[in-house]
Amino acid sequence: MCGVITMAKATQLTQDVETSEMTMVEAICEAHDQELARDDRVMIMGEDVGWDGGIFRATDGLVETYGEDRVVDTPLAETGIIGTAVGLAINGMRPVPELQFSGFSYQAFHQIESHLARFRKRTQGGMNVPVTIRMPYGAGVRALEHHSESRETYWIHTPGLTVVIPRSPQQTWAYLKASIRSEDPVVFLEPKALYRKFREPVPEEDVDTDQLPDIGPAQVLEEGEDVTVVAFGHMLYRTRQAVAELEEEHDISATVIDLPTVSPLDSETIVDSVEDTGRCVVVQEAHRTLGIASEISARIMDEAVLHLEAPVKRVTAPDVQTPLLAREQAYMPDVPRIKEGIVETVDF
Amino acid sequence: MPIEQVDTPSEIPYIQILDQDGNVDEELEPQIPSSDLVDLYRTMVKSRKFDERRMKLQRQGRIGTFAPSHGQEAAQLGSIYATRDDDWFVQSYRELTANLWRGLEVEDDLLYAAGYEHGMELTGEENQTPIAIPIASQTCHATGIAWASKLKGNDRVTITYFGDGSTSEGDFHEAMNFAGVFETPTVFLCQNNQWAISVPRERQTASDTLAQKAHAYGMPGIQVDGNDILGVYHATKRAVDRARAGDGPTMIEAITYRMNVHTTADDPTKYRDEEDVEPWRERDPIDRFRTYLLEKDVLDEGDHDTIEEEVTEEIAEAVETFEDKAEELGDPEDMFDFAYSDEPPYLAQQREEFTDYWDRHDVWGDHHG
Ligand SMILES: Cc1ncc(C[n+]2csc(CCOP(=O)(O)OP(=O)(O)O)c2C)c(N)n1
Ligand SMILES: [Mg+2]
Repeated sequence: MCGVITMAKATQLTQDVETSEMTMVEAICEAHDQELARDDRVMIMGEDVGWDGGIFRATDGLVETYGEDRVVDTPLAETGIIGTAVGLAINGMRPVPELQFSGFSYQAFHQIESHLARFRKRTQGGMNVPVTIRMPYGAGVRALEHHSESRETYWIHTPGLTVVIPRSPQQTWAYLKASIRSEDPVVFLEPKALYRKFREPVPEEDVDTDQLPDIGPAQVLEEGEDVTVVAFGHMLYRTRQAVAELEEEHDISATVIDLPTVSPLDSETIVDSVEDTGRCVVVQEAHRTLGIASEISARIMDEAVLHLEAPVKRVTAPDVQTPLLAREQAYMPDVPRIKEGIVETVDF
Repeated sequence: MPIEQVDTPSEIPYIQILDQDGNVDEELEPQIPSSDLVDLYRTMVKSRKFDERRMKLQRQGRIGTFAPSHGQEAAQLGSIYATRDDDWFVQSYRELTANLWRGLEVEDDLLYAAGYEHGMELTGEENQTPIAIPIASQTCHATGIAWASKLKGNDRVTITYFGDGSTSEGDFHEAMNFAGVFETPTVFLCQNNQWAISVPRERQTASDTLAQKAHAYGMPGIQVDGNDILGVYHATKRAVDRARAGDGPTMIEAITYRMNVHTTADDPTKYRDEEDVEPWRERDPIDRFRTYLLEKDVLDEGDHDTIEEEVTEEIAEAVETFEDKAEELGDPEDMFDFAYSDEPPYLAQQREEFTDYWDRHDVWGDHHG
């Protein structure tokens, strides 16, 4: 997954920059560092983000460089973190709050839904609230209850929010920077199973905004003829493995589409592809009902139903409470399950 | 008009009965039967030994993350011992010692830590709630449970446990406020172990004490030396008796120390020095209680060794039972169980779809990605 081409795709970089090999969590830290240096309105806040460097080390060493006013260990209170971030943003700051796990974002739900996502609307464009809320999400690290959920639908279902889910260190670096510079509130969901999964070259220097990706468009990572496979985040990682194996074993040629931004959803790229392939599989880690896969399926029905040669397949977790760690691998779609979904769709 | 002072109860009593050198305040010393004293001591030792064993099992990958009780044994045990067996126990996630007193089986704790909900199976007879990980959320349940006891006209008290960091969450304040307004028989037992992961107590709140927060909600707040089991017992007994008599809730701040990691996922060397921890080693709650028991001739050195051997043996057996049980729980289908009281048809369909898949694939083997 490394190399100059993937890099350009993930980041839209055209200028030459110094890079070094980083994990996703290191890329987050690097992006934070660059944005803090670039714009003194940027501040990081959350539980244990300061002297501990974040429990996943996503803010490691930053308080030492930027001080306690800009990298803030807050009291243990998610409503307070997001509610004050809204106030800070209204009064000119650009807060980048971390919620320690997405499973503890519900305490802040009301501030996000009632205010963060509505201020611009409520003031008829008079007030922007440029807050980027980072939260690790998803299963796969043998964690406790509430530490493994994929509940992106809550945020996707909240008009006014942009929801980003990156797939790789480069993409994380680029999208986090773009999110922090965006005037819209962004929920930035980090697939923690990928935090230390692999390294990529990540720019060690800041770039201008025009070098950063537009938030929104889907990215076509591979072009194929038989089927369109859509995924994002951790599941994209598994999906690419599944697709590679199927090409090898069954000569199936798939278009692979990544959704770095799951909301607003770029269905055009997906629909265009499905018009060519006639088949679509969406892989999501979340449980099935009302997931992004359901929305994609509905949009294909709206716009490309006559091109379909098979039902749109949703490869998902089951509609049960996310189990504890002994069951998490069985719960999440794994490579064989993704392969089965694709084969079933191609053979339909 | 001159400015007048409004009278509010600002005094916070601090209780200590057994100090770190083993001196006892004889006036306050509770009269606990010798057999109970030995049982309490045994429970503390078992808790400490089991924490050590769990740590090893976690490092070997045989269980997942957990939060040790190490250092907080007296705060938990003195308080739970002050409740009646039919009083409600509403825990957070660090209450191993209190759980052992209430009859938790070591193998069940391990099953839960290894990721099997089965370890937390409750029959509804236990008068306790399961582990609550979202910080302070359980304190609201404790107020509600106590409220129901009051409405039902029984004299059961509810005790709930939470940490210093938990006092920052809205849930805590709402629970306290409801308890004050509805005069519920709730005891709010705050284990101030000085840290919320990396955030020290002084940075969590600008209040001088945590106990004084009680005054804002119209209830008494008490501080107690949390490493003094007798003091904790005394303070909690007062609060429990008060609640049982219908006089409403109390908040207790037990001052103790988190001697170990926050959880096994944490590295305290990032944010605290060994010098911070050192003075607390001398205040160890188990050593202090042992000195007391030896002085009182309730225990001799031989008994102490026997107890250590016995609990070590019990734990070893429980680890084996746990491993056997975990082995039997190979089938992931049970993730569908209890999702609803009656399984809806669409979910039954999914159960079939997934079990069919699992039957055809080794979901226990090495995983891709
Ligand atoms: C709502 C919520 N936010 C964040 C967390 C993550 N977290 C787990 S324990 C903890 C610190 C708790 O500190 P304290 O209340 O003092 O209890 P202690 O762990 O020290 O016993 C945090 C932030 C959580 N479990 N729940
Ligand atoms: Mg604490």
